[in-house]
Amino acid sequence: MSTITSEELSATTLLRFATAGSVDDGKSTLVGRLLHDSKSILSDQLEAVERASASRGQEAPDLALLTDGLRAEREQGITIDVAYRYFATPRRRFILADTPGHVQYTRNMVTGASTAELTVILVDARNGVVEQTRRHAAIAALLRVPHVVLAVNKMDLVDYREPVFAAIAEEFTAYASELGVPEVTAIPISALAGDNVVDPSANMDWYGGPTFLEHLETVPVSHDLAHCHARLPVQYVIRPQTAEHPDYRGYAGQIAAGTFRVGEPVTVLPSGRTSTISGIDLLGEPVDVAWTTQSVTVLLADDVDVSRGDLIVPTKDAPATTQDVEATVCHVADQPLTVGHRVLIKHGTRTVKAIVKDIPSRLTLDDLSLHPHPGQLVANDIGRVKIRTAQPLPVDSYADSRRTGSFILIDPADGTTLTAGMVGESFASPEPVKDALDDDGWDF
Amino acid sequence: MTTTVADTEEGTVSPYALSHLDSLESEAVHIFREVAGEFERPVILFSGGKDSIVMLHLALKAFAPAAVPFSLLHVDTGHNFPEVLEYRDRVVAEHGLRLHVASVQEYIDRGALRERPDGTRNPLQTLPLTEKIQAERFDAVFGGGRRDEEKARAKERVFSLRDEFSQWDPRRQRPELWNLYNGRHAPGEHVRVFPLSNWTELDVWQYIAREGIELPEIYFAHEREVFRRAGMWLTAGEWGGPKDGETVEKRLVRYRTVGDMSCTGAVDSDAVTLDDVIAEIAASRLTERGATRADDKMSEAAMEDRKREGYF
Repeated sequence: MSTITSEELSATTLLRFATAGSVDDGKSTLVGRLLHDSKSILSDQLEAVERASASRGQEAPDLALLTDGLRAEREQGITIDVAYRYFATPRRRFILADTPGHVQYTRNMVTGASTAELTVILVDARNGVVEQTRRHAAIAALLRVPHVVLAVNKMDLVDYREPVFAAIAEEFTAYASELGVPEVTAIPISALAGDNVVDPSANMDWYGGPTFLEHLETVPVSHDLAHCHARLPVQYVIRPQTAEHPDYRGYAGQIAAGTFRVGEPVTVLPSGRTSTISGIDLLGEPVDVAWTTQSVTVLLADDVDVSRGDLIVPTKDAPATTQDVEATVCHVADQPLTVGHRVLIKHGTRTVKAIVKDIPSRLTLDDLSLHPHPGQLVANDIGRVKIRTAQPLPVDSYADSRRTGSFILIDPADGTTLTAGMVGESFASPEPVKDALDDDGWDF
Repeated sequence: MTTTVADTEEGTVSPYALSHLDSLESEAVHIFREVAGEFERPVILFSGGKDSIVMLHLALKAFAPAAVPFSLLHVDTGHNFPEVLEYRDRVVAEHGLRLHVASVQEYIDRGALRERPDGTRNPLQTLPLTEKIQAERFDAVFGGGRRDEEKARAKERVFSLRDEFSQWDPRRQRPELWNLYNGRHAPGEHVRVFPLSNWTELDVWQYIAREGIELPEIYFAHEREVFRRAGMWLTAGEWGGPKDGETVEKRLVRYRTVGDMSCTGAVDSDAVTLDDVIAEIAASRLTERGATRADDKMSEAAMEDRKREGYF
């Protein structure tokens, strides 16, 4: 293990990624292998796993135990939630949202993918692309995760044969591009034997690409912001009102998209008032330009009325405000979402009342068939909804901006988070609409 | 204090890439500002340990040049290191903050809590903490917990809902999507907020080094009278050690975490500067808690159980 110096570490970037796959695909083994081979499992954690494995009568340490956190899960041998894992290499820091891959955990996959810049979809080389693989691809596409990795696992069980890998990679890539996934990287691995996870495989010299970890270390983490609409949701107004700063009025927030410059004409939504950026404070440091995802405080040249919940945008690139939001949603609560449901919608830093006007369709992820007018959405359902909001919201299309094109619905009675929403079209390409064959899909 | 990033891929260097510390800092500031915007009476749990020191530093940055709109709360076990209490009081005075103290000793003195046979007071903190939260009607309580610390914490939310008994129900936690935190709660309930959720021990140390944050001296190597118990070097003192058969010796040690004297162990170390500490941690083969916390070794589910009861 090479020792990491503090200089090397302080200049690394951060990649947030998510995994999707089931226990059978070897996901826990892959995650365990990644942590183990990148020297991120420390000896006391490994000892704890060995102790726990031994007390259950298992012969070898069960790496899955590293990633199962709660007693309920251990007793039932399942994973019930998103767990976050942390590891680092000399090149990059990683945050892994580890989500279980079973059908009923769609909401966890959606949660994990919502903050991910890359998602890993695991398949078993012996089974190839199965229904669940297509479901995972659809979620990555819906959530517009910029990078998708197809990890073809258990290559050792197919004698490391290239044609097996090539056929799976081709089938998956074709399916994913139909859904508008911008980029797929397919990597043949064996998580159990360690091939191409961290170290290159001696058994697959026909493969010339990066190992799984190399790819994670080198995939670009920030995107070209030149074409992004700049957006700053105002979180808080900073007014010291001290002798030193009698007139300071700063609008604090995290830039959700794009870049802002001092001198730029801006509009405050929903009021529509205009001003010019007279200064940007980057956590105590004055700067001329700031960009996503920096937390900043913006000062305006004019004394306009700005408060929490407002959105500051470039005057030349302002979104329309609307009270009618149409979106693709994933329902994440145990109680159903019904037509006529009175909810709260949180968009950016603004929370307003809203009504679910219509649920035009429910989408079955396995085959992308649409079921018209389901009447309600239950936990883990994906569907289209039309929402009428009590006040106008400056929404973007989710395809253009993940942070200002997304929202959550909240139950006003008990505060439960009901639904995760993405404004605009579901997929980057036109959806294939098939006839609904039957309704047994995954309602339970 | 922005670090420029040289991305590893030649030709893919983006002028817009943030370093991992800048990303984590920006995220934590966003969390502090969300709470300031959505809650009435937030409070920061402040122990004088490195994580709460970093939390306070981030809060100061988040609202500068205005004051931090939160007060501080320290749950004092009565077995705190004097260096840490001195540091706490100095920081509070320096920034003109309001400090609330919930005292375990006071509960023991009036018979509301009983000393445990093993002398450790960490599990005794829950009652004074939860009663103080109720009495002061705090609706958001910032904690320095990190998801990398322990398995039960790996499932913790950034906004973690607690009922009127401060209990944590893992099944009642809300999914957290994008950066849209949901802080709604009924009267009497509160939300624990963890701005350092995504930080690791190493991130915290690097950030301390980058920002030039001052820490209590016990984080650096110093000579100290310690004795061995349950595989850890504990500080000799009136709290309950050494006992028969335990011998005190003078060793060069430092602390990786700072908590109650009775269950926080020191590690052999000659790291006297922040860079020494960072190098030592980067090479360490033990997690922070595994090396230094007796209370987490109790059982596989120790942390989960205490979290359910309202522990940090």
